[in-house]
Amino acid sequence: MTTNVGEISGPRHGRASHQAPDNPPRRSGRFGRFDLKFSPYIFVAPFFLLFAVFGAYPLVYTAVLSLRKNTLTGGDAGFVGFENYTKVLTDQHFWVVLGNTFGLFIVSTVPQLIFALMIASWLNKKMRARTAIRMGVLIPNITSVAAVGIVFGLIFADRYGLANWLIQGVGFDPVEWRNHRWSSWTAIAFMVDWRWTGYNALIYLAAMQAIPKELYESASLDGASALRRFWRITVPLIQPTILFTVIISTIGGMQLFTEPLLFNYGRIQGGSLNEFQTVAMYIYETTFTNNFNVGRGAAISWLLFLIILIFALVNFVLVRRSVKGTTS
Amino acid sequence: MSTLTRAAAPKPAPAAPKKTSGRVRSASAALWTASPLTYLALIITIVLSIFPIVWSFIVASRDNSAVTAIPPPLTPGPNFFSNAQRVLENSDANFIYGLINSAVVASSVTISVVFFSTLAGFAFAKLRFKGKNALLLVIIMTMMIPTQINIIPLYLLMVKFGWTNTLQAVIVPFLVQGFGVFMIRQYASSAISDELIEAARVDGASTWRTYWSVVLPALRPAAAVLGLLTFMQTWNDFLWPYVVLNGDTPTVQVSLNILATGYYKTDYVQVFTGTALAIVPLLIVFIVFGRQIIGGIMEGSIKA
Repeated sequence: MTTNVGEISGPRHGRASHQAPDNPPRRSGRFGRFDLKFSPYIFVAPFFLLFAVFGAYPLVYTAVLSLRKNTLTGGDAGFVGFENYTKVLTDQHFWVVLGNTFGLFIVSTVPQLIFALMIASWLNKKMRARTAIRMGVLIPNITSVAAVGIVFGLIFADRYGLANWLIQGVGFDPVEWRNHRWSSWTAIAFMVDWRWTGYNALIYLAAMQAIPKELYESASLDGASALRRFWRITVPLIQPTILFTVIISTIGGMQLFTEPLLFNYGRIQGGSLNEFQTVAMYIYETTFTNNFNVGRGAAISWLLFLIILIFALVNFVLVRRSVKGTTS
Repeated sequence: MSTLTRAAAPKPAPAAPKKTSGRVRSASAALWTASPLTYLALIITIVLSIFPIVWSFIVASRDNSAVTAIPPPLTPGPNFFSNAQRVLENSDANFIYGLINSAVVASSVTISVVFFSTLAGFAFAKLRFKGKNALLLVIIMTMMIPTQINIIPLYLLMVKFGWTNTLQAVIVPFLVQGFGVFMIRQYASSAISDELIEAARVDGASTWRTYWSVVLPALRPAAAVLGLLTFMQTWNDFLWPYVVLNGDTPTVQVSLNILATGYYKTDYVQVFTGTALAIVPLLIVFIVFGRQIIGGIMEGSIKA
């Protein structure tokens, strides 16, 4: 166990660029030849075997299930084509939870990434107690999501909650956090951002450290302000990393489940009018409660998967274009 | 990678700028030295980061009047141990069992993920075989499949195996991880020279022997980071244990959920004490290995 961050990057071998001879050295005996030929496959086999059973098979099986009618009361009633999909897509409930999921994604991710960029630029300086400060920034991320949901559930309690105490302290009326869309979304976004901003800040910091310092120094001598240097140098040069975090946040945000669940003390419906029920919660509600409608749950799962793929792609294009725009 | 390492350890600031290059040097120092304002901003960030955790310990050390007190208490009280006892003796939440189960589950998954990732990562980085690139592409693609899409069939599979409410259900499906294979592969490509492998071969070592005695020791730093990240992730996992386990065989997160949904109205202090107890093991891991964890997150992002 090393204690040095630098060592994690591994020793640099001066000879690493040197290519090994094309023919592996001859091994004597039958075992030697067998070993060279088959060992690589044996080494990677466990991954593919386990993935086949617990990753690939479920993925295909979800698709199969989504084309069958299968409920607690009706049992498996056989192949029904795309009926589950059309039922879902014509159900108002699905569009409400989809809107909630997108809305929560936007109100949590945008401030999260902006704050992360700011924190990263603060961290990207010479300072005392550097490791301790970085740990302080990352600590929310090691806290379990269930714990976060519980603690913030009380912070955003209607009566006696810390948030309302502060709000009343500056002279406003207390907020009924779970009764409105805007207030529940704010509280949930706060939880998500509390847990993930520091993590993203460290990722941005890593990217910022790879930017040559001379760029900033010459820009500064030319009279560019700190803000201008940030927008003209930092942001364009860490664009790939921004893309990476947006994609990761998209995949995570579309699957949001635990925070809104525990925000309302474990109620799968979100608010009384589903104000903050997400697609993931809706899948759970459809599949594992009421009539255990497995077919429809599977259909929603596949729709969510497709939405994640499309949305990640759209974000990829959008972010790449807008970030490029700032360099021109 | 080496640029990152160097950048992470900035040279000391020039003490007294010389006359000739004073303007350049002081401009550079001003750019890169944290100002009091930067420190202030970071301190506020850290206070906000730590506060909810500290506060859960404060509430956990008081009695139920703390939850409704105005203004909210900001100092610890005397009741932490009696509250902890109440949580641990709560037969619905099964908290001790939950803690033990989580330790078993997180350790098993971590050992397995590190073992299979180093094995496959080494093969992908340093061995020659047909179809290598195609197989690596498959591994990268597996990283993009969201967990939730697999939950329903995985649950049905567990029912078929008779594994619901058993620890196998939260261990076996997670024994391998595309991310781990990819991460180790990237590390091994640069950290292990081909000569090292050749030398082992010439000495007559089998591929397995090469892995065990030469490669694995060289991969230790990356394996440690992968192990830490896997352990924390497994310890904190909520959705799948919530689906497949109940209060008889809980992980600590499931116990916590039982506490939270059952007692939020009547005994919030117990809920908070449970939360604090569930955080403690990870806090210890984080305090001991924080440097490696931070290094791992920053390295991983550059390589991704």
